[in-house]
Amino acid sequence: MRSMKTLLASAAMALGLAGAAIAEETTKVGFIYVGPVGDGGWTYEHEQGRKAVVEHFGDKVETVYQESVPEGADAERAITQMALAGADLIFTTSFGYMDPTINVAAKFPDVKFEHATGYKQADNVSIYSARFYEGRAVQGYIAGKMTKSNIIGYIASFPIPEVIRGINSAYIHAKRVNPDVQFKIIWAYTWFDPAKEADAAKALIEQGADVVLQHTDSTAPQAAAQEAGNVITFGQASDMADYGPMPRVSSIIDNWAPYYIARTQAVMDGTWESVSTWDGIGAGMVGIGEISDAVPADVKAEAEALRDSLASGEYHAFTGPLNKQDGTPWLAAGETASDYGDNGLASMNFYVEGLEGEIPQ
Amino acid sequence: MNLEQINPILLIASLMVAATPILLAAIGEAVVEKAGVLNLGVEGMMITGAVVGFAIGVNSGSPALGFVAAAISGAALSMLFAVLVLVLLSNQVATGLGLTMFGLGLSSLIGKPYEGMKVPTLAKWDIPLLSDIPVLGPILFNHDPMVYVSLILIAVVWYVLKSTRAGLILRAVGENHDAAHQLGYKVIRVRMMAIAFGGACAGLGGAYISLVRVPQWVEGMTAGAGWIALAIVVFASWRPWRVLLGAYLFGGITVLQLNLQAAGVAIPVEYLSMSPYVITILVLVAISLKGKHGAPGSLGRIFHASH
Repeated sequence: MRSMKTLLASAAMALGLAGAAIAEETTKVGFIYVGPVGDGGWTYEHEQGRKAVVEHFGDKVETVYQESVPEGADAERAITQMALAGADLIFTTSFGYMDPTINVAAKFPDVKFEHATGYKQADNVSIYSARFYEGRAVQGYIAGKMTKSNIIGYIASFPIPEVIRGINSAYIHAKRVNPDVQFKIIWAYTWFDPAKEADAAKALIEQGADVVLQHTDSTAPQAAAQEAGNVITFGQASDMADYGPMPRVSSIIDNWAPYYIARTQAVMDGTWESVSTWDGIGAGMVGIGEISDAVPADVKAEAEALRDSLASGEYHAFTGPLNKQDGTPWLAAGETASDYGDNGLASMNFYVEGLEGEIPQ
Repeated sequence: MNLEQINPILLIASLMVAATPILLAAIGEAVVEKAGVLNLGVEGMMITGAVVGFAIGVNSGSPALGFVAAAISGAALSMLFAVLVLVLLSNQVATGLGLTMFGLGLSSLIGKPYEGMKVPTLAKWDIPLLSDIPVLGPILFNHDPMVYVSLILIAVVWYVLKSTRAGLILRAVGENHDAAHQLGYKVIRVRMMAIAFGGACAGLGGAYISLVRVPQWVEGMTAGAGWIALAIVVFASWRPWRVLLGAYLFGGITVLQLNLQAAGVAIPVEYLSMSPYVITILVLVAISLKGKHGAPGSLGRIFHASH
């Protein structure tokens, strides 16, 4: 099915190529999505970014996108087709597109690429990501304060640094306000599979979790929590406000629009350079969704204070003293984690002390 | 690891929910195969039922109406298959595979506007008194109505096949269509009805995923459940109560592996995730090693009255 769809898409793009010759002065921007644009989460927000680009530049820009592109070999084909179809700038919006993006970029030196959440850069490949872990700190704080069973469920996707940072950050801040808190983690091995996400949420709730955090993209866990009643959740990647004020009490909102507009402008001006961008709450790339009335006023106020101190840079989400899971010291008192290096955040592959279980390898 | 954190009562209750889509699709397919037709289009009919049920559920606000529409759409799609294989005598395997691909494509076309929408879902029946019984209450008497519909369907199919004249004719058509034809039974008409029943059941199964279990519409959301239903029919040796057993076994392992993960059991996640499929394959192998599986005699063969 996938290949058939790709075939159709490529036929459509070949037509687009013929059209591109007529309107030479427009800049063509392509987007590769891992889920459908209607997922209500991760891909939805990238699609909002694409729409913002269209709105900002109007006729000067032409955008194309392909949704539900599997990570891996299929992605390489999809990106290649987009480059062949005359795209000037291509955003590949999932971690698993990292190597395919690098491979295709090597074949198309004149096309600019932007890969989200990865760590491999090239002359014509920029990387960009958001410091979602800052948002996770706020979630962890609210979760630690709100849980009555002291069990917090976490639906993780793939064991990659971004997800592990999120788990660690949420745990550190939950533990700080509630020393008895325990995390139960299910690795779903998918970004988007509502049936699996719903089953995972139900399993966590049945084992006593009254807070469910998710690093998967659909709203299925929200629906499962709503059905269960006294369980709170957080919107992931998108506000998921449909599920507020309960179970969704807050959210992490990805805001890609300013970045996409700036990068498209750079291509138009001929000033595009390969850069590495990693912005957080302060720069507006990560937003914290409205904290609902289900959260007591004092908890809400403190969570907002935490958010603001993260935004101003006055507080870092990974501030020592912190040990790794095996008890070896990681950060000394007052020390903050560096972005890169052996123990840096970019390549984080360990749990902090107190978390149970092992990271699948 | 904290195995005592897994509550067996809740586990059984949620495995029943997880198994219901497969159960519905499998019991329908069992009847189709009992009539001597192999319809590999279960997945396509399920996903079509899922999207139609969801669309009608959203537009009408009534999940019950959604289920009715899903059953009709599944049956309608299966009639396409029936005309092709029964009237135009096409190959059943190829036509069934085609039906699956057609259903997947059609459903993503219909479903595009419904992505990310919310739908009213079926309320659970909290049956008074009965649901308060310790242990049995939460397992048996606190489900949404479709769980009971699926169980009643199993019982009805079992009774009809075993003890009624209609069931006898259906089995005769499936065992030896030439002999049944000589006796004056309308082979094609019987098979048409069986295929329509199978399609309706698959549609219900699909709608259960999009209206109750998730509840949301997502492209490709049945994720192979139709194929599992086909495997379970073989697993069950075409017997209704064993279909129930097979579906609950599969659903049980699916739910159990997530619970084991949450409880922190030190088995690598990859093995847990593959376990439902591996165990299904192992059971199928074990059954075929036994030799006699009780497949209907005319299963998959083309019937033409002139033969």
